[in-house]
Amino acid sequence: MKYSYFPGCSLKGLGRAYEESLLPVMEHLGVELQELDDWNCCGATAYMAVDEVKACVLAARNLALAEKSGLNQVMAPCAACYLVLNKAKHYFHDFPAMKATMDRALDAVGLHYSGDTPVRHPLDILLNDIGIEAIKQKVEKPLKGLKVATYYGCQIVRPYATFDDPYNPTTMDRLMEALGATVVHYPLKTKCCGGSLTGTLPDAGLRLVYILLCEAKKRGADCIATVCPLCQFNLDGYHAQLESKYGDVMLPTVYFTQLMGLAFGLPEKRLGLNRAAVPFKWRPSDAAPAPAPVTA
Amino acid sequence: MVKSMTPSPAAGQETVPTRASDKPNVQRPGEDCLPVMKMRPTIKYEADRVRGFGREIMAVPGCEQLQSCIQCGTCSGVCPLSIYMDHTPRQVMALTRADFKNEVLRSRTIWLCASCYACTVECPQKIRITDIMYELKQRAILEGIYPKRFPIPILAYDFSEMVKKNGRITEMILVIKLFLKTSWLAALGNWRLGIDLMRTGRFSLKTERIRQHGDIARMMDAIDGKKGS
Repeated sequence: MKYSYFPGCSLKGLGRAYEESLLPVMEHLGVELQELDDWNCCGATAYMAVDEVKACVLAARNLALAEKSGLNQVMAPCAACYLVLNKAKHYFHDFPAMKATMDRALDAVGLHYSGDTPVRHPLDILLNDIGIEAIKQKVEKPLKGLKVATYYGCQIVRPYATFDDPYNPTTMDRLMEALGATVVHYPLKTKCCGGSLTGTLPDAGLRLVYILLCEAKKRGADCIATVCPLCQFNLDGYHAQLESKYGDVMLPTVYFTQLMGLAFGLPEKRLGLNRAAVPFKWRPSDAAPAPAPVTA
Repeated sequence: MVKSMTPSPAAGQETVPTRASDKPNVQRPGEDCLPVMKMRPTIKYEADRVRGFGREIMAVPGCEQLQSCIQCGTCSGVCPLSIYMDHTPRQVMALTRADFKNEVLRSRTIWLCASCYACTVECPQKIRITDIMYELKQRAILEGIYPKRFPIPILAYDFSEMVKKNGRITEMILVIKLFLKTSWLAALGNWRLGIDLMRTGRFSLKTERIRQHGDIARMMDAIDGKKGS
């Protein structure tokens, strides 16, 4: 299995632990990834607020590059990238005027987009291409006893529910169960984390983060598993402010790929576990050699 | 007076713009204003309209469905941030359709939208509310209608400029620039976060740039209809 891979800016920056854990996990499952050559920023939500047409063209350049790579399918792990690439594709098909602009702009740089390239999320590839059974076979250290709150956030399920249910997505739940973990009932799994409002309007943004953490704690979770670099940043980075504002809600937030890596018995150093502000110290207990302590 | 702004009974609590959560002990809907309170109209006059604004928005690809809004208030109900808004999303839909350009573009609502798409998914009329919010943000930025030093539009604009220039985002540079332009105090309040980022090896000021960064400008020029590079 081979896919072209669109990492996006976050996976090279604040969310680098996502890429650090995703690549070895995919390699372990026999998936070959080829990073898009000279990819550009997808535009995220911020560019849409400035110019939606240009935002779609930016995304279309990446889709065109993916087509040029000849690999047909592009994997976008970041929730915002995943949404924006899908959105550009929808606009390309739904609005002739938008298609004409995209064609013109891509033509100016010698690229072409035909509108075909499927945009895939790692969860989609893991469950629908690789399959839960194949993943189960790779589990060497089951995550027995670990209680996980699966948090999907907004943008992989809304507005385009491409591979999962928009109201009650379950792909990550099934994956976590296959790894041996216990999935706690977490009704807020698709609620908003506040996005960039945590930085721009903390009064409003941090409240949403607090609610998410509080509920996961109440449900007895040991950690929150996420699929989005911004969600991870928000849930992990603001504990000092949250504590002074609302009280202690300390809970580690990890990428689902980090938990996969632990279950597969991959070396901890390759999973970016030291990147989180709130360290995730839980380790599978049946590990024969004593797990190395994580330095905070 | 515009009748479409008269709230339906189902969304009764939305009629008072100053919400109970903002100011404690303000009057509840239905009670008369106290004489000491500053009088502000809750409904706009027809003369405040900018004729054609609603049509203009509804002509944008993706925003057409706005014309079929039934003012049910589902969007306001599911919005995680509506409690902080001056006009709820339902009101913004009605104001936009009814040509109240200035009220809409000056409202806090459009900037509080975090693009979670909950309203878009839930809307029984299939209105792409999030995309309409994007369209309104674009117009507010274009016309420069937003409070000075208000971080949200400044972040969006700086983000777009950085992408135009480099093709990619260097998150830390973007954030530091934002703090310099908006509030030093906010940066100080985040000192713990900064230390955590350095400690975990995520604080990077190395500018990310694509090889063909000229391509971005060429594409933008092609959209704007400019000739040459």
